[in-house]
Amino acid sequence: MEATTRSVRDGIAAALSQTVGRSVEISDNTNIARDLGLDSLAVMNFIMALEDEYDISIPLDRVAQVETVGDLVTAIEELRSRG
Amino acid sequence: MSILAKYASMKGALDGLRHAGQNPFDVKFDSVLSPTEGELDGRRTILLGTNNYLGLTFDQSCIDKSVEAVRAQGTGTTGSRIANGSYDGHKRLEQELADFYGREHCMVFTTGYQANLGILSALVGRGDHLIIDADSHASIYDGSRLAQTEVIRFRHNDPKDLHKRLKRLADAPGDKLIVVEGIYSMLGDTAPLKEIAAVKRETGAYLLVDEAHSMGVLGPTGRGLAELAGVEEDVDFIVGTFSKSLGSVGGFCVSDHPDFDLLRVVSRPYMFTASLPPSIIASTIQALHRLREEPELRARLTANARRLYDGLTTLGFATGPEANPIVAVAMPDRETAIAFWNALLVGGLYLNLALPPATPNNTPLLRSSVSAAHTPEQIDTAIELFEKVGREFGVLPAPARRARA
Repeated sequence: MEATTRSVRDGIAAALSQTVGRSVEISDNTNIARDLGLDSLAVMNFIMALEDEYDISIPLDRVAQVETVGDLVTAIEELRSRG
Repeated sequence: MSILAKYASMKGALDGLRHAGQNPFDVKFDSVLSPTEGELDGRRTILLGTNNYLGLTFDQSCIDKSVEAVRAQGTGTTGSRIANGSYDGHKRLEQELADFYGREHCMVFTTGYQANLGILSALVGRGDHLIIDADSHASIYDGSRLAQTEVIRFRHNDPKDLHKRLKRLADAPGDKLIVVEGIYSMLGDTAPLKEIAAVKRETGAYLLVDEAHSMGVLGPTGRGLAELAGVEEDVDFIVGTFSKSLGSVGGFCVSDHPDFDLLRVVSRPYMFTASLPPSIIASTIQALHRLREEPELRARLTANARRLYDGLTTLGFATGPEANPIVAVAMPDRETAIAFWNALLVGGLYLNLALPPATPNNTPLLRSSVSAAHTPEQIDTAIELFEKVGREFGVLPAPARRARA
């Protein structure tokens, strides 16, 4: 489980770097909008990239509950185990 | 702390706009003279951003019908159709729209925005799935929130991406509804509807097309993109508006679903708002007659759209992918867009300043919408002004003789 969590976090970091166009340092506590300066549109586009990366569906209402990288890791792990 | 303190960054942006001169939120016309001309600060101004596609807002027959209705039936219905009942006109407009689209059923809403809210929130709910184009209009996003359903976005105008996302949901229970637009309101591009309809058939989803900007604009009889693409059979629900080609206000949905009328007792944006006043209904019915009887209006609109699109594209402006009545010019940055828009306004041309996040790919846009009522001279005046300002601001290369500057 620990290993999966780390790899999901790495996947998020890679997708985030692509979205913001530079490498980013993240932890579970990183606030996606505030700390990384992503507006709501950028967040939604970044979510589409993660859907493809993990072959899952992340509905918008689920995105609305996500504030930190940790929230996102939890959401992705839940959605992956569902599929 | 003020209750509105959370909008501090919005306030900053608005102050910035005000500082730059005029701004879209404060534009006030002294008078509107015709579908294509208004007066602004004492200047005659060409209106090139009002979605008045067929130019019917000043049509004498529409005005006459509207005046007749207000005299005979009063200024308003003062309530919703479930509380105060329907007027004859509401029913007649619904029948005429159903007839125009060759469909069994029609529901009329008080605005186009409410039509999307009312239809989306009633068609899907908890346990269902709404699959929307990423560049959907705000009314589609807001309708999806009211629906409290699972919303998945697919990449703009990408049927393969839509297919991939629907495949992921293949085993999920619940209904799936795909939502696309005929013409997208910012860039004027059309949806690849033939391909989207094929995805719909293969995956067993329902398909809704919002023809707000394509009704009266596309298709052999003006029904919109579904008609043009030859896929009306595959489209389960068509949503549209009266505030563009039909020159008034309101919205509608047509469908062949046998139980469509059930929506009248479950759609809250239909049930809990006042119905359209008789004068609006009357002019809208007449405008629909004009749309059906005069295909020349559409021909003129198409010719004007082509004239503006070709003119601006040839000059070297970055325009959208298709010559439709919405012609958008991409600006290099926000500041240039604001200054450019102000310069056009001072020169006597009004159009829309569209700033991120309301625009695709965070690109600031100057958005024109052409009307059948524009004269070729008005279109040419607009192009000349675009060229002049474009060179001044360095959006276009300076002409050779001024190359040193």
